[in-house]
Amino acid sequence: MKLLWTVVEVSVVATVVLPTTAALLVWAERRVSAFMQDRLGPNRVGPAGLLQPIADLLKFMFKEDVVPGHVNKVMYVLAPALSLVPALVAFAVVPYARGMAIADLNVGILLVFAVSSMAVYGVTIGGWASNSKYSLLGGVRASAQMISYELALGLSVVPVLLVVGDLNMQAIVQWQADHVWLVVPLFPVWVIFLVSSYAETNRLPFDCPEAETELVAGYHTEYSSMKFALFFLAEYIHMITASALSVALFFGGWSLPGVTFPDGSMGTLLSGLVFAGKTGAFLFLFIWVRWTLPRFRYDQLMDLGWKRLLPASLVLILATAGGVALLGGTN
Amino acid sequence: MKNRVRVVKRPQLSFLERWYLGPVVKGLGMTIKRFFGVLTDVLFRWENKKTAITMQYPEERWDFKDNFRGAPALVMDQEGRSKCVACQICEFVCPPKAITMWPAELEDEDKVEKYPERFEIDMLRCIYCGYCEEACPEEAIFLVKEAEIVYADRESFVYDKDKLHAMGGIREDRIMKWKDK
Repeated sequence: MKLLWTVVEVSVVATVVLPTTAALLVWAERRVSAFMQDRLGPNRVGPAGLLQPIADLLKFMFKEDVVPGHVNKVMYVLAPALSLVPALVAFAVVPYARGMAIADLNVGILLVFAVSSMAVYGVTIGGWASNSKYSLLGGVRASAQMISYELALGLSVVPVLLVVGDLNMQAIVQWQADHVWLVVPLFPVWVIFLVSSYAETNRLPFDCPEAETELVAGYHTEYSSMKFALFFLAEYIHMITASALSVALFFGGWSLPGVTFPDGSMGTLLSGLVFAGKTGAFLFLFIWVRWTLPRFRYDQLMDLGWKRLLPASLVLILATAGGVALLGGTN
Repeated sequence: MKNRVRVVKRPQLSFLERWYLGPVVKGLGMTIKRFFGVLTDVLFRWENKKTAITMQYPEERWDFKDNFRGAPALVMDQEGRSKCVACQICEFVCPPKAITMWPAELEDEDKVEKYPERFEIDMLRCIYCGYCEEACPEEAIFLVKEAEIVYADRESFVYDKDKLHAMGGIREDRIMKWKDK
């Protein structure tokens, strides 16, 4: 029974919820960016342009799926899938409602890091297999960037674990529901987490792997049709996962301060809505930042990652550890 | 030649600026202000919008000025009679040869002799230069506020006399040479 539920959950989340959210996100991205530039954005297809993602999807599906002659075919075909799958898998441990997560693992957050570092393969192999200078540069940049920021991202989660004393995502959220949202005591840590997660998802201001002004389209220059759409989808699902993690780790997950959800499925539903709302706010922040900040130069990116964020997160770990020791542990 | 070199001092960055976070927050404030400006426009005050600059094209159109040089059209006087006397100057002056005219003689009129039996302007050829308007001695052809000429076949682009008159409409004529002069 449990297995059946999990299968249903996985298929619904992986084939309906996440792609739909990603599609809505594309719509939101286009409209928000337009609004920020005094334009209107797509507003013709359906009410307020909401059906635009469907039109985009149809376009992707009916476009010719070009496989250039100069590519390494096996790798070329494999790369989009390699990029999308980790993005979907990483969402498994996200506690999207009270007591709900596809995989309620003890190692929770570690799985996210293990899987999300796999995502670099899709991008790098895509860049390599395309056999084009732009793609290759994009892939190389992506690998270096994602590995560099993986460190800062991982270390910025350690203070959370120190305070909570548990790797399980549900436990982390529950701790925040019982005590206080972790962003309050750990605000600088959250800033580091946020910046690193932007770099991990290759979003502006750290979208050096794509860098359309320099590298045409970076690692997916040679891709067309649904293969490109998969890369696109992967980027947006990464964004969703990163936002969900930010919510779960620092902003109390599904909890609201001073609000106790009723028992039973009603409370679960409400908590899920709260979680979705918070994640939506973070997704808006992603878009907002993208259309505000210019891209970092590549050396600035590396400088920020290695010389600023990494030492800062180490110092913050020490400080948090000291604080936890002084205040007498977590439990 | 002295004083040609001007030393530009590098701007001194304040503490927050060096940390990058201050300007980031400032920039975010800037964009969100535009965002809510357009959002308010779209939701509440589209008719007199303040921030959004987009025009919803097929529904909203440009308000051309009176001297706008759009498609050429033939005009009529206040009695609804064409002012063209088929002198063919516009046909001669037209650089891309968009105007074609078939003059005919007027038998039962005493004050004018000719009229265009057929008058065609090929809007695919027309370059909206306005020479015809400049050259016309009768003030019979004008460039009007018509800029959207779209068809799926070439034949439709050739406007005949009736269509050109309909486009040009009636313009007040002080002289009325048909009957007074």
